[in-house]
Amino acid sequence: MTLPTTLDEAVAALAAMPAAVPVAGGTDLMAAVNSGQLRPAALVGLGRISEIRGWQYLDGHALLGAGLTHARMGRPDFAALIPALAASARAAGPPQIRNAGTLGGNIASASPTGDALPVLAALEATLIIAGPGGARREIPVSHLLAGMEMLRAGELIGFVRVPLLHAPQVFLKATGRTGPGRALASVALVLDPARRGVRCAVGAIAPMPLRPLEAEEWVARLIDWDNNRAIVPEALSAFGEYVAAACIPDPGPAEDGSAQQLPPAVLHLRRTVAALARRALGRALS
Amino acid sequence: MSNEAATATTAAEAAPAPEPIPHGLGVALPAADARAKTEGTFPYAADLWAEGLLWAAVLRSPHPHARIVSIDTSHAREMPGVRAVVTHEDVPGSPVHGRGNADRPVFASDVVRHHGEPIAAVAADHPDTARMAAAAVIVEYEVLEPVTDPEQAFEAEPLHPDGNLIRHIPLRHGDPDAAGEIVVEGQYRIGRQDPAPIGAEAGLAVPRPDGGVELYVASTDPHTDRDTAAACYGLEPERVKVVVTGVPGATADREDQGFQLPLGLLALKTGCPVKLTATREESFLGHVHRHPTLLRYRHHADAEGKLVKVEAQILLDGGAYADTSSEALAAAVSFACGPYVVPNAFIEGWAVRTNNPPSGHVRGEGAMQVCAAYEAQMDKLAKKLGVDPAELRLRNVLATGDVLPTGQTVTCPAPVAELLQAVRDVPLPALPKDTPEDEWLLPGGPEGAGEPGAVRRGVGYGVGMVHMLGAEGTDEVSTATVRVQDGVATVLCAAVETGQGFTTLARQIVQDTLGIDEVHVAPVDTDQPPAGPGCRGRHTWVSGGAVERAAKMVRTQLLQPLAHKFGMSTELLQITDGKITSYDGVLSTTVTEAMDGKELWATAQCRPHPTEPLDETGQGDAFVGLAFCAIRAVVDVDIELGSVRVVELALAQDVGRVLNPTQLVARIEGGVTQGVGIALTENLRSARGVIRHPDLTGYALPTALDAPEIRIVKLVEERDVVAPFGAKSVSAVPVVTSPAAIASAVRAATGRPVNRLPIRPQAAVVTGQ
Repeated sequence: MTLPTTLDEAVAALAAMPAAVPVAGGTDLMAAVNSGQLRPAALVGLGRISEIRGWQYLDGHALLGAGLTHARMGRPDFAALIPALAASARAAGPPQIRNAGTLGGNIASASPTGDALPVLAALEATLIIAGPGGARREIPVSHLLAGMEMLRAGELIGFVRVPLLHAPQVFLKATGRTGPGRALASVALVLDPARRGVRCAVGAIAPMPLRPLEAEEWVARLIDWDNNRAIVPEALSAFGEYVAAACIPDPGPAEDGSAQQLPPAVLHLRRTVAALARRALGRALS
Repeated sequence: MSNEAATATTAAEAAPAPEPIPHGLGVALPAADARAKTEGTFPYAADLWAEGLLWAAVLRSPHPHARIVSIDTSHAREMPGVRAVVTHEDVPGSPVHGRGNADRPVFASDVVRHHGEPIAAVAADHPDTARMAAAAVIVEYEVLEPVTDPEQAFEAEPLHPDGNLIRHIPLRHGDPDAAGEIVVEGQYRIGRQDPAPIGAEAGLAVPRPDGGVELYVASTDPHTDRDTAAACYGLEPERVKVVVTGVPGATADREDQGFQLPLGLLALKTGCPVKLTATREESFLGHVHRHPTLLRYRHHADAEGKLVKVEAQILLDGGAYADTSSEALAAAVSFACGPYVVPNAFIEGWAVRTNNPPSGHVRGEGAMQVCAAYEAQMDKLAKKLGVDPAELRLRNVLATGDVLPTGQTVTCPAPVAELLQAVRDVPLPALPKDTPEDEWLLPGGPEGAGEPGAVRRGVGYGVGMVHMLGAEGTDEVSTATVRVQDGVATVLCAAVETGQGFTTLARQIVQDTLGIDEVHVAPVDTDQPPAGPGCRGRHTWVSGGAVERAAKMVRTQLLQPLAHKFGMSTELLQITDGKITSYDGVLSTTVTEAMDGKELWATAQCRPHPTEPLDETGQGDAFVGLAFCAIRAVVDVDIELGSVRVVELALAQDVGRVLNPTQLVARIEGGVTQGVGIALTENLRSARGVIRHPDLTGYALPTALDAPEIRIVKLVEERDVVAPFGAKSVSAVPVVTSPAAIASAVRAATGRPVNRLPIRPQAAVVTGQ
């Protein structure tokens, strides 16, 4: 176990020990170690790297350190900046998990139920990856989650670049119980008034967050951006249905040409997504 | 805790004089171990240590049904640090064991019958080595088709030499041709609840110089566990000693013999102490679960809503081994109609064997499943008749003197109408206000997706009953010893403190009888005489009764010389606050003086009146006593997402007598919350016999946010004259009743049938309006 104090030291440590595994909050990693599924040869602890535990402003963007904990992101000052990310951080589990788990860890674990992921997808966040020799490269978070681009050996997620949109954002999560639980489905929705856009991502129903792009474009045109972002109420439910149908499409006709029904559990999931998307848009525009 | 209960507790605390610590029956004496438990210093089984101990690991079957072709332990044995590997070949005594029915192998030899069945065990010098060695045991399986649907068990090839039918009870009571004007039918399904004790199984086995072994485990029935272990080790029972360690939660037969037995075997084989702490996954795989149940019902009623006849079919999935399925079935069949007067009842009950994880005793077993079903039927009947559901129930409730469908006359207090009226008449909780501050009150919880506009509130009722003590002729007996010396009393009784408060109760009993404040309860081991398992209020009744008798015998020994001296009988002397006084005030001395340096001992037994087994038509006086409870549930349902939040559970319970208000309230709150789990989230899912997600993320227990406001409206204290203190079992009946009440409330909120527990979100969604 090594405990570097800068990002470059951490990258160097990983380069020196290719078998080492970086660990931040350890909320997923240590559970895997304890259950015997993972036996890392060495660990590089990221907890002492102060440069990635805060955030800074950069050209209308916020540069969020990968080591920000859910607990830190859930506080009001952060919520004023990026409300949806703060809401997802507050929903990300019991206090013990929120105190330890980090933004970077949520991305690196890429669990389908990672609560920050749909928010980052909706925000079209990009990752700043630190590589050997002080190298930095930037990739969209969706590329990493979709496996289009991977972290190379010795690379670490350093920062997450998120646009500051100065408009309402919503994160809604449906779970099986009132207490903390994994999302059955979640929806992140952000407004981008400068570009007159609505961006939405649905989490937990697929291996990575899904973006219903057509539904976003369609509903953005229905919003009266100059008049208090007014919208006809029917458009909200139509948007919900549109999003749900895009994420969970109708099954194709059977071989004999008859229409097929979705299984009841999937149908319920689709209804859940529709309700969440409708509520999210309604709250963002209210 | 509700306000009423809080005031009751405070009043009880304030009642005795402020200076001396509260003592005696009826007061809120705090549990002696409460402080250590909250501070984390209480030693549980997982904290045990012995010099030079080895660590054990158990290899469990990954398949629900397979033939074992070969077991090769050579690789495991050769691993450095491994000290012993045991399989079925190494069991010197009986190869099978089982509660009540010895049908379960210590280690599978030819066939595995459920996912997680033990096959081999390893002792090594490090827990990781032990686990790796267990994984290195090569088992060749011929995978067989599992039977996982209990309905198919009747037709399937026998899964076990004993056959697939564990028990069948065809209960016939009354006139089969009776018919009512109104008929309602329903089919109900109850999931598999796991007791999920907060402390997973752990234990330590220490070999003895005489060739025996001591097992340090969190057993709730140490003498039975000892006898089982001795039989399997081929030893006389005296050479196996079970020492009970701190029990970290027990709402069921918490201990899994699948690890206890290998532990002792490994200790005997290696001659070293051997320890095992189960992972959460092993814990889920190892111990018994609540019976998944399929129920079909038909209720006949007349135009006024009076029940005429109940017909039912009840199918319990016993899993791979019988365990206590037979007892669960007896309860399910006997209470299939609930605490209602039903002149004609025809109930067919079956417990069958499948390749699912074994089911067994989890509190309220049998009674809980049928309660959910018959209360759903009562709701259906009320809806069909257009009568208020509480009113319909009141027209049918049971009272003392009525006859159960088993032909047994209810002789104990049965204040069912009083309980139901109490919960019906208490004011409803306020509706949540549509303000941001109240957002957390919505279904889905804080930061959830709940929307006030989609929330519907529902109110529902549940009335339930359970039996106390073992049924059908079980010999219920407990033995206790009380010793007094130097003003200190010690209680020796093998009744295990599982959280039910026995040690506190024993102190209270002795304080009351002997006027001695300082009472110690000795730790439990099998060198003491047996006290039996801790379930169905047994230890309060039977062991508490034995302690009281022993204390009274000590009292007689203490007072006899004084009485003789003053020429009066001992009944004319009384002990209060450590002082002995005579009825006329002539004599006044202290207990310490009367003791005069002597040491007094007395041992006594308590054995309640016997019961009889149910006959071939399900008739018989099978139960010693019954306990009842009524719950009104108020739920909020987000009818689009199907998320449910239990707002309040108002409860009235027939407790006989309050022996300790704090413990009583804690037990009721715990039971109700366990019921919330059954109603909404707890279901140990399996796919083709393989348990999926055996962890506390996948198996969602209620958290503090899920636990509702529990309002104890009324505790009816009508003493049961046959019970030693008139007290009834309190923990099980809220578990039985609250799921039914919650389902009833969700039904009222959504108009959906809600015929399955736990209630899945899609069953609480209202569409197409």
